[in-house]
Amino acid sequence: MSTFDFIGKGLLALSLMVTVNTVSADEFTPEDQQRWQQQFMDSVKQGRELWTSPTLGTNGVACAQCHPNAANTHPETYPKFQKQIGKVIPLWEMINWCLRNPLEGVPLAADDPKMIAIQAYVTYERRGVKLEPGKH
Amino acid sequence: MNDINRSRRDFLRTGGALALGASLPISLVELAFAESSQNFTFAYISDAHIQHIKGNRFVRNWDMGLQRAVAEVNLLTPKPDFVMFGGDLAQLGSKEELDHGAEIMSALKHDVRYVMGEHDYYLDLGAYWEQLFGPQYYSFDHKGVHFIVLNSIRTYDDWTFKRWPTAEQRMLEMAGLDNPNGSPFMVGEEQRKWLKEDLAKVTKTTPLVVFSHSPLQKIYKGWNFWTEDAEQIQALLKAYKKVSVIYGHVHQIQYNQIGNISFNSVMATAWPWPYPQAYAQAEQYLPKLTVPMNRADPFFERDATGWQFINVANGNVDLNFTLYSNKDRVVRFDKAKKQPQDVEYQVDKARIDPQSHY
Ligand SMILES: [Fe+2]
Ligand SMILES: [Fe+2]
Repeated sequence: MSTFDFIGKGLLALSLMVTVNTVSADEFTPEDQQRWQQQFMDSVKQGRELWTSPTLGTNGVACAQCHPNAANTHPETYPKFQKQIGKVIPLWEMINWCLRNPLEGVPLAADDPKMIAIQAYVTYERRGVKLEPGKH
Repeated sequence: MNDINRSRRDFLRTGGALALGASLPISLVELAFAESSQNFTFAYISDAHIQHIKGNRFVRNWDMGLQRAVAEVNLLTPKPDFVMFGGDLAQLGSKEELDHGAEIMSALKHDVRYVMGEHDYYLDLGAYWEQLFGPQYYSFDHKGVHFIVLNSIRTYDDWTFKRWPTAEQRMLEMAGLDNPNGSPFMVGEEQRKWLKEDLAKVTKTTPLVVFSHSPLQKIYKGWNFWTEDAEQIQALLKAYKKVSVIYGHVHQIQYNQIGNISFNSVMATAWPWPYPQAYAQAEQYLPKLTVPMNRADPFFERDATGWQFINVANGNVDLNFTLYSNKDRVVRFDKAKKQPQDVEYQVDKARIDPQSHY
């Protein structure tokens, strides 16, 4: 198959798709937005439960004990240079530091749904605050 | 003059007797009672939050905070007249926690008096605490000063008696500082009546020092940095010339002056709390006078925790904060300005970056 033929067939396929799909991808309704927001808020809610849970770590200490309403976590400043770790890190690595130390627990994988929920909650409590990456 | 001379040499002389003494990073304090025989000191330890895990295991971090404060208070020279504990000895009010806390406190070589915190109270409404430490509110006199201890962490009867199926759940609901199911603290009618009667016996020129767990002023309701009937208590204290309120609960340095009343908070031995201004979704009223403590560095376990000794100079209180990983702070009553002021950091120019919280 020559290069020309390949491009020709590709164009044909593309034009077929356009005629079949009458609705383009970036149209969404208020109901869609509501549903997506709900998905996010479910994650926030799960995050809040983990934040106040005495069983996230092993010693009964909960994140909220030192960080009521996730205050003093500064999600808007990450990634940033964490002097005690000696490099630029994202928020989830700092969360794992807390899991290991004050909570005497086991760190979570970056893509663990629990880790994502914790970050959703922490960031939600900080909504409206401007981004200041790197700020100490 | 009532001067406090920090003397490394004296510290070593005293501390040398103890194996751990020389390694403790406190500067020992020598108090010069040059003018008034009425001047004296007492030490203040607060918010230890001893937390039971299970069996004979307790959260090591909080144990270490209280043990360190006790060891350091024992090194004070000259010896303070007594020690106050400002409440929240336990985390969830259990016998195990109160017993373990009392055991650590028993190493103190001083008389100790206790203030009730919400973490001590809401499991059995103070019943076991009373067996260990005595009545929930009381007064005493010492060297011309009238001291009053209030249980300021009570709340509405409906919440206490009708809302929760078990005592354990009631304790858990109140233990979460930011829990929307909590309820505002208050001294309540019974104690206000008692306070009025107690004060009736005290002359208006007698200096008063009031110990409470919550602030007796309104700072931020969402975290109970708040006492619902604060204004009513303030009104009862209004007629007295020198009044100081010293409170725990907030795990941070706060101070304020409202009319004739000076307010000072004390540090926790367990962990520091953010200033309410760090919660972006809340309105709060941190007193303008307050120069905040340094922001905590969580990598140092004892950072932004500590204890204090309090110098009662002619009826006003000066707070000397012994901070484990930061420079010590002194908040002293300024006689000209008639308000508490930080000795080093009060003016804007003198503040340092770690004292800005966001
Ligand atoms: Fe506390
Ligand atoms: Fe408290």
